[in-house]
Amino acid sequence: MKKQKMSSSSTTSGNPFDLLSDEIVFLVLDHLSPNPLDSKSFSLVCKSFYSLESLHRRSLRPLRTQHLPSVLSRYPNLSLLDLSLCPRVPDSSLHLLSSSPSLSLSLRSIDLSRSRFFSASGLTSLALRCINLVEVDVSNATELRDAGAAALAQAKNLERLRMSRCKMVTDMGVGCLAVGCRKLRELVLKWCLGVGDLGVGLVAVKCKELRTLDVSYLPISNKCLPSIMKLPYLEDLILEGCYGIDDDGLAALKDGCHSLKSLDISSCQSISQVGVPSITSGSTSLRHLNLSYCIPVTFALAGSLKRLSVLQTLKLDGCMVTISGLKALGDCCASLTELSLSKCAGVTDEGLSALVTKHRQLKKLDITCCRKITDVSIAHISRSCTELTSLRMESCTLVPKEAFVLIGQRCPHLEELDLTDNEIDDEGLEYISRCSRIRVLKLGICLNITDKGLSCIGGACPKLIELDLYRSAGVTGVGILSIARGCPSLEIINVSYCNDITDASLMSLSKCSSLNTLECRGCPLITSLGISAIAVSCRKLTKLDIKKCGNIDDTGMIPLAHYSQNLRQINLSYTSVTDVGLLSLASVSCLQSMTILHLKGLTACGLAAALLTCGGLTKVKLQSSFRSMLPHLLFDHLEARGCTFHWRNKVFQAELDPKCWKIQLEEQMQ
Amino acid sequence: MKDLKIDTEDNLHAEAWAKSTARNKLPKHVPPDHPSQYGNFSLPRNQQNWVDPSVPDHTLRPQEPYEGFNQPSENQSNHPHNPSSVQDIGLQMNDIIEINKILDWDPRTMLSNLSFLKQKIHQLQDLVDLIVGRRSPTMGRPDELVTQQQQLITADLTSIIVQLISTAGSLLPSVKNSLSAAGPSIPAEQLGQLGGVILNTSSSVNAAALPLSSDGGTKVIADQPNPVDPTSHLVIEHLDEHESKDEEDVEDGENLPPGSYEILQLEKEEILAPHTHFCTICGKGFKRDANLRMHMRGHGDEYKTPAALAKPHKDTGSEPVLIKRYSCPYVGCKRNKDHKKFQPLKTILCVKNHYKRTHCDKRYTCSRCNTKKFSVIADLKTHEKHCGKDKWLCSCGTTFSRKDKLFGHITLFQGHTPAIPLDEAKGQAGPSTQGETNEESHKLGNMNFGFASDGEVQDLMEDVKGMVDEPSGYYSPLTFDSSNFGGFNEFPRPSFDDPEGAFSFLIPGSCNYTRKSGGESTSTNNLS
Repeated sequence: MKKQKMSSSSTTSGNPFDLLSDEIVFLVLDHLSPNPLDSKSFSLVCKSFYSLESLHRRSLRPLRTQHLPSVLSRYPNLSLLDLSLCPRVPDSSLHLLSSSPSLSLSLRSIDLSRSRFFSASGLTSLALRCINLVEVDVSNATELRDAGAAALAQAKNLERLRMSRCKMVTDMGVGCLAVGCRKLRELVLKWCLGVGDLGVGLVAVKCKELRTLDVSYLPISNKCLPSIMKLPYLEDLILEGCYGIDDDGLAALKDGCHSLKSLDISSCQSISQVGVPSITSGSTSLRHLNLSYCIPVTFALAGSLKRLSVLQTLKLDGCMVTISGLKALGDCCASLTELSLSKCAGVTDEGLSALVTKHRQLKKLDITCCRKITDVSIAHISRSCTELTSLRMESCTLVPKEAFVLIGQRCPHLEELDLTDNEIDDEGLEYISRCSRIRVLKLGICLNITDKGLSCIGGACPKLIELDLYRSAGVTGVGILSIARGCPSLEIINVSYCNDITDASLMSLSKCSSLNTLECRGCPLITSLGISAIAVSCRKLTKLDIKKCGNIDDTGMIPLAHYSQNLRQINLSYTSVTDVGLLSLASVSCLQSMTILHLKGLTACGLAAALLTCGGLTKVKLQSSFRSMLPHLLFDHLEARGCTFHWRNKVFQAELDPKCWKIQLEEQMQ
Repeated sequence: MKDLKIDTEDNLHAEAWAKSTARNKLPKHVPPDHPSQYGNFSLPRNQQNWVDPSVPDHTLRPQEPYEGFNQPSENQSNHPHNPSSVQDIGLQMNDIIEINKILDWDPRTMLSNLSFLKQKIHQLQDLVDLIVGRRSPTMGRPDELVTQQQQLITADLTSIIVQLISTAGSLLPSVKNSLSAAGPSIPAEQLGQLGGVILNTSSSVNAAALPLSSDGGTKVIADQPNPVDPTSHLVIEHLDEHESKDEEDVEDGENLPPGSYEILQLEKEEILAPHTHFCTICGKGFKRDANLRMHMRGHGDEYKTPAALAKPHKDTGSEPVLIKRYSCPYVGCKRNKDHKKFQPLKTILCVKNHYKRTHCDKRYTCSRCNTKKFSVIADLKTHEKHCGKDKWLCSCGTTFSRKDKLFGHITLFQGHTPAIPLDEAKGQAGPSTQGETNEESHKLGNMNFGFASDGEVQDLMEDVKGMVDEPSGYYSPLTFDSSNFGGFNEFPRPSFDDPEGAFSFLIPGSCNYTRKSGGESTSTNNLS
């Protein structure tokens, strides 16, 4: 076939691409960006490119299972099938998949984490026919029962299985998996509330290849820990929120599991400081340790952590922290590169300063909500931890604006900076802009910043991908313009409640062609014109929040529906969109989630039509008054298609004054 | 009438003796022409007689009741008149027995014998009534003797009834066994109370009920458990020369193992006997000796005394009681005393249950699940209490009442996997249960397990249905109501050796589906 094509083309047409062998084209395709639109464009060039791309494609994320038959015949070599966009994957689809002769051999990974309506029958044929299946994700299959788990257990070669929130699965199902899938390397049982000691214990006994085991929030007790600890290759153990495990249980860790590299016992409230020495004495090669919401950080704890000489990551979120504990932490874990102290009560300048001066190689530091720290800590951090790539310090309200100058001056490697709810001002931003590698910058609720500071960022941070300006009301179109000009790779921007943002800002933002998320809640000046500009230029837009943009109406929705074919999530609450706009939006085949509260122009009939048209909907937030206005059968039908309804009955809420919303909010809270 | 009476008396004496000998099958020890004075019978001697035959010739036992009782019953018809004939019968019987009775008995003849016997019993009763009614001092004999005679007659009468019962009982194999244990249960004091004649009769009854062959054996025979004094009813090794009363001593002397307990071994027949206590008068069997004592009250005032009603247990209280342990008669069993790692059984009940559970057929099948079988009926009853509640199933077919036991089992055995019951799976996919799809294990599982095995069949059925229903019922959340398929579990399922073949069945369905949805837009927009 290929030879024929080659010979014919070289003699007659002289198409230069025909000189390329398939292998070379495949190599070229290998280097194509992961953006699916690129390969789509490639395949549309000509017939041979179309067929070559079809042969080359390994991964696919289809939107509807209805298209599976044609899709499967087009892409015979798929190894990764992501069905997370298909809300409805009935057994018939799985039968179809597994009965395709080529796919059944090539398929290695399937993701059903967002799909419903499949059952044990479909999984059985999948497991039996797709013999090379290595990875399966059935998370959130809340209706899956033991029979389904047992069906999966027939996939002999399964290595990675994620089944979090499979609440109906019990020990029996997990037992089948343990016996059937002996090659399992990764098993996630998080939130499988029906699984207890017996199931987990059996998994530990039978699946000796396990590397990663997540048993978070399971009703397990100490009984299954000894067998888990005997797993010869276990590297990653997640015991988050296992209330049944206490200090006695941790004694099992004393003897074993030298292979363990990562341990998460966060939110295990039955564990006290007494148990920590057993962890540290047993697993000296531990690299990542998560003790969040678990144990008070004291001198004694730090002492027992000393033995973990290769520890790299330590998470102590939400723990009670003492000064002596922090100081002692400074003396241990010399190799620590990542430290998280977010929401820790008791973090003070004295303790934190002592800690960071000892850990100069820290790369990531999270001091979110450490409300007692001041510029002293920031000075120490910026002086010693010059390697920092990530600093999260949301709501460190006592840090004065001068401190941010220090960060900008001394931490040039920062890539992620979270300054939400801080006192930073334009001068600080000017210094922050020296961190030219910055990719994620969160400036939400920074009431002191203006366009001036933002312009500095826009002028110096070309790598910026995510910018959060939520309620930073000093920002206007000028600032946004400079960002839009200077940060072409911007993907996510949040300008919610920046009241002065206008259509002009959106038009400038439309230059950022990679933009996929735009949140501009509560910007009353934005009209349909701005949205149209975004829709026309930002073809990758997947998430749009225009809640409370009262001036946006149907004229904005029509171009959106026409151009933004990748739109998945939209919030239209409090806008002036009517039936027409909604109906046109419904033609966006990707659309999965809609929030349509308080749309004055929306009628029951229009809503029904839109809902029926939009076949891929999985989640709709609706005013509960519609519930009685529309027939029950309609909702039943839609739910059968895979859509879930969230009924809200909130009264229309008057907008808070943007300048002093925080004070108002605090007053309301009190 | 008087003649008759005298005749009767003589005859009775002779007959009693003849009977006893006949049933003892010891013509050599007690020749048939032995004088018929009961005074000559010494207690030890008598007991020896019935103990002697204790040598177990088990193959014969079931037949003996028939032979032993039917033959005489026929002849007894004329025994009041014909004493000599009775002796002949005794001889005949002995001969027959000694010839090593391989009998193929005919139930019809036995039945006729039976009716004949009944007739004779009536005659006898009339006779006895007559005797009782005409009792008078003119006889010139001491009153005691008269009463003894009366008792003799009564005993004779009852002995016939015993024969009747045992003959009838011989129809049922189990009853034969039960009778075997009747003999030894005469309390010594009872023997003492009664005169020699009575003794004779009672012993004859015993002998009748204890159909043992007469070869002097050395094997241990133990009676059924008698809480009163178990050992007194045990016939111990090398017993031939000893009286029953001395059994214990013999045992003590000979069976003391290195351990501080004595080992007793019941024989198979004793173990399997349904009753362990038998009325010496009417032969009725009881499971508990207390019930027997209650029953005995109906046989006369002498059984109503506190002494008779009391547990005869404390008789041997003065002697130091050794711990008794029991051995299973099954050679090679770990519970057999010859086993290298012998582990004795604690009580006779243990022996019975052990023997039935381990060495007998499991005759009792649970009517609910029709799979579980038991040899001890109590086990069946226990099971029936839980049957159906054993919801923890293994693919091998074993059920467990507790989940942890199931998981322990699965942990232990390679290839076993939890089986998910269909109702729990809501029929959505029964197959599931089979974690192992490799064919060997599949077959293995299919062999003995109900629904774990038929996964594929059911699966197929569901598949088909799913396919058929799919286009029309596309928007229903569950495309089919799978409960319909519960019935398929009942079908015997072929083991699918060829999964390909099994699934080729699917292809038409999937083709249909393809056709139906083929028309839909396949725009690449939908791929991302």
